[in-house]
Amino acid sequence: MSPSHPAPTTGPDGDGAACPLLEMRSVNAHYGAVHALIDVNLAIYEGELVCLLGGNASGKSTTLKTLLGMLKPTSGEVVLDGEVVNDKPTGYRVARGVTMVPENRRLFKRLTVRENLDLGAYLRSDSQQVAADMERVFELFPRVKERLNQKSGTLSGGEQQMVAIGRALMARPRVLLMDEPSMGLAPALVQQNFELIQQIHQAGLTVFMVEQNANMALSIADRGWVLQTGRVVLDDTAENLLAHPDLQASYLGTAEQPNPIEGPSLSEALDAIRREERY
Amino acid sequence: MTGSASVAGSAVPTRPEALSAPPRPAFSHDWRRIARIGAIAALGQMFIALSNMPVRLDERLVVKPVLSLGYLVLLFLPVAVGYRHGHQTVREGVPVSRPGLHEVVGGFSCGLLAGGGLSVLAVLLAHFDLREPLVNWSPILLDLLAFGNNTWFAAVIWLVIGAGLGAAGGAVRLLGPVSRRAVVTMALAVAGAAVLESLVVDLAEGMGLEALADRLYARRGGVNWNSALGLAGVCGVLAVIGRGRLRHARLRHAELQGTKRTRANAALIALTAAALIVLPLFAGKLTNELLANVGLFVLLALGLNVVVGLAGILDLGYVAFFAVGSYCAAVLTAATSPRITPEMPWLVALVVVVVITGLVGLFIGAPVIRMRGDYLAIVTLGFGEIIRLLFLSDWLSGWFGGAQGITKIPAAGIFGLTEVSGTDPRRVFYLVLVFCALAVYVSWRLERSRLGRAWMAVREDETVAEAMGINTVNVKLMAFVVGAVLGSFSGAIFAAKVGSVFPASFLILVSIVILVVVIFGGMGNIVGVIAGAAVLIGVLGGPKQPGLLVEFSEFKLLIYGALLIWMMLARPAGLIPSVRRTRELHQHEMAQDAWLQGQVDDEDEGKEARSSTAAARR
Repeated sequence: MSPSHPAPTTGPDGDGAACPLLEMRSVNAHYGAVHALIDVNLAIYEGELVCLLGGNASGKSTTLKTLLGMLKPTSGEVVLDGEVVNDKPTGYRVARGVTMVPENRRLFKRLTVRENLDLGAYLRSDSQQVAADMERVFELFPRVKERLNQKSGTLSGGEQQMVAIGRALMARPRVLLMDEPSMGLAPALVQQNFELIQQIHQAGLTVFMVEQNANMALSIADRGWVLQTGRVVLDDTAENLLAHPDLQASYLGTAEQPNPIEGPSLSEALDAIRREERY
Repeated sequence: MTGSASVAGSAVPTRPEALSAPPRPAFSHDWRRIARIGAIAALGQMFIALSNMPVRLDERLVVKPVLSLGYLVLLFLPVAVGYRHGHQTVREGVPVSRPGLHEVVGGFSCGLLAGGGLSVLAVLLAHFDLREPLVNWSPILLDLLAFGNNTWFAAVIWLVIGAGLGAAGGAVRLLGPVSRRAVVTMALAVAGAAVLESLVVDLAEGMGLEALADRLYARRGGVNWNSALGLAGVCGVLAVIGRGRLRHARLRHAELQGTKRTRANAALIALTAAALIVLPLFAGKLTNELLANVGLFVLLALGLNVVVGLAGILDLGYVAFFAVGSYCAAVLTAATSPRITPEMPWLVALVVVVVITGLVGLFIGAPVIRMRGDYLAIVTLGFGEIIRLLFLSDWLSGWFGGAQGITKIPAAGIFGLTEVSGTDPRRVFYLVLVFCALAVYVSWRLERSRLGRAWMAVREDETVAEAMGINTVNVKLMAFVVGAVLGSFSGAIFAAKVGSVFPASFLILVSIVILVVVIFGGMGNIVGVIAGAAVLIGVLGGPKQPGLLVEFSEFKLLIYGALLIWMMLARPAGLIPSVRRTRELHQHEMAQDAWLQGQVDDEDEGKEARSSTAAARR
């Protein structure tokens, strides 16, 4: 459990004190002919809580898929703990501590909560430690224990989120990738959910979350990136991003003034995000 | 702890006793509902009449000399709709009216309309000739409907019969639970004894009770009039004495927990096994043949259940593996196979068969499993046909005999102890039983294994399963291979039993029947699959194998269809649904119950929540 890394705000310059846990080095990815990720550089350090912001179709989920190995980059490198894992399958990466909590939770609805948790630990063979980890999940979410033999599809949204996180924790991850944790949850639950994420992070886990809800995400994150149509357009600490006039304008709706500082492309980018947010 | 009780446990509140209200007025009805039920019944009656079932089955007497099977199929629908009309949905807090004259009058009206369908048909039959599209539009049918009299007699008598039976059906509601049970048991006992005549005679002969069978049945088929009365009496008394015992026992079993439950289950399994081992000794050839056929389909259905029920791969070409198993066994054991004649002993051949079928499973599976959903189903359908056509083709006829197939397949020798062939169905059954037991054990273990869990994960959500680190391609291939191997067992036994294999034995219909068995029994549930095979194959018969209802074999597919429709409406989870499936289908009710109890305080509002957060942000 290392403290937050002294935030390296720019790309993979290689002069950071420690090697990043998970890194993307000028990654390009395509869906058929569509260029979904364009020269994306990300570095996630041990113990950090970082977020990737962006509107619909900006490439957030693609980034996650690429990190997890469900999509192969066309160029660039995905580096896990110093090892280039471009050609390694998802299972290899999961076994080495990269785990995802999917968007909208996506539990195995017809399976019980226990079966869902067991599937989280699918690649592990240390049954005793798996049992211990399950106890830890129960400590974290006593609610989950009550529902253990219930079919997960019958749980409420908040409980499903707990199971989804619990399932991911069962893989004993080193870095947790969270795809839109606030998606499809009532406002009160969104708040609760972010507190949960903070709690997990404080327990020593590195968290990388992908969000549209920038305000909420930045309020708990150390650093963040803004992704727009496949490109990283902003890369800064959370405070700076929160204070950033463009983000202010697009997410908080407080700053009415136009922002001449960053040039047209960025304004356009954030306008696009704001437009997409409306729908 | 697997029972539904544990799941429902705290979530389902105990339902209050249904409130009872005074009977509804006799002549105030929801006439629209009566018209709907009656119209459906009338159309159904016409359809049954024109399906030629009454004419074909008229020869077969049910109760001698009053009732033939042909008339029986025309008589049950009015009773059924008359009874159905009186149905009231029990809702919490809404009183249920006590049955009274209302039910009888309603049943009368529904039955009248149902009988009216046949009256109209009789008149139409007399005045128009629609033989061209409707092959069974014949004077014989008219004669049957008119009981040998003229058309107008037919028109009137069916109105009377329909109304009478409908009213009788409605009147059943008036009976108290005990007498209703007795009446239903009596009717079912007589109908059962009559329809299952051949089975009963066969069993009676096996147990040395020919005298009883002779008493019960008339010489030319059908239950004797007085024996029917006697049987009804005995069964009615038994029903009254044993009322509720069975249900009570089942409830108690469902409530058992932990080791007690395991022990009870073990006892049940042991009892079933003992019955299955002992029963064939007392059964004649016919019954054993039937049991053997059911066993072959149980094997196939268990194999398909792994593929469809556990891994969620809709395989419509499953017959391919049955065919490969049969042909391999035939080529390896028969001296007459066209190209190679290793003449292996059956058990040695079986090992080779398993290996080859497994490889074929891999070979077919590899391209297929990369697809999803509908596309996958269509491609498997294609592969099923391709395999059959390959066996039929001239190109491979040098190996597999083309349309002539391979004949004179020797009996299956088991360690030199016995020879199993179709001439002794009892031995076939025991052989099938061994493999069924093996298949049940393998399915049961797999379902609870790591691989089984991975299958279920892939079935639920393939993308997320992949994200969990499951190698979805390998896992799905494994399902294909396991299914293929189980199917090949059935094929190898089939080859030895029948003694010959032809491409015509492996039509696409076989695939469909196996799938229907799995769906009908309850997908993903071993007991359900076995029950499905017993009902569909045992009672109705397989694609080519006769069932208990030999008379109905011509109308088998019609009845399959009707059963499937009924099942989709009444028991969507299958005959014996797995706990999991029940949970899925009653998910709404359970959620509602939980909500009623105040256990769920935060509901997932999905999109609304999103839009409201977005609004709040602005």
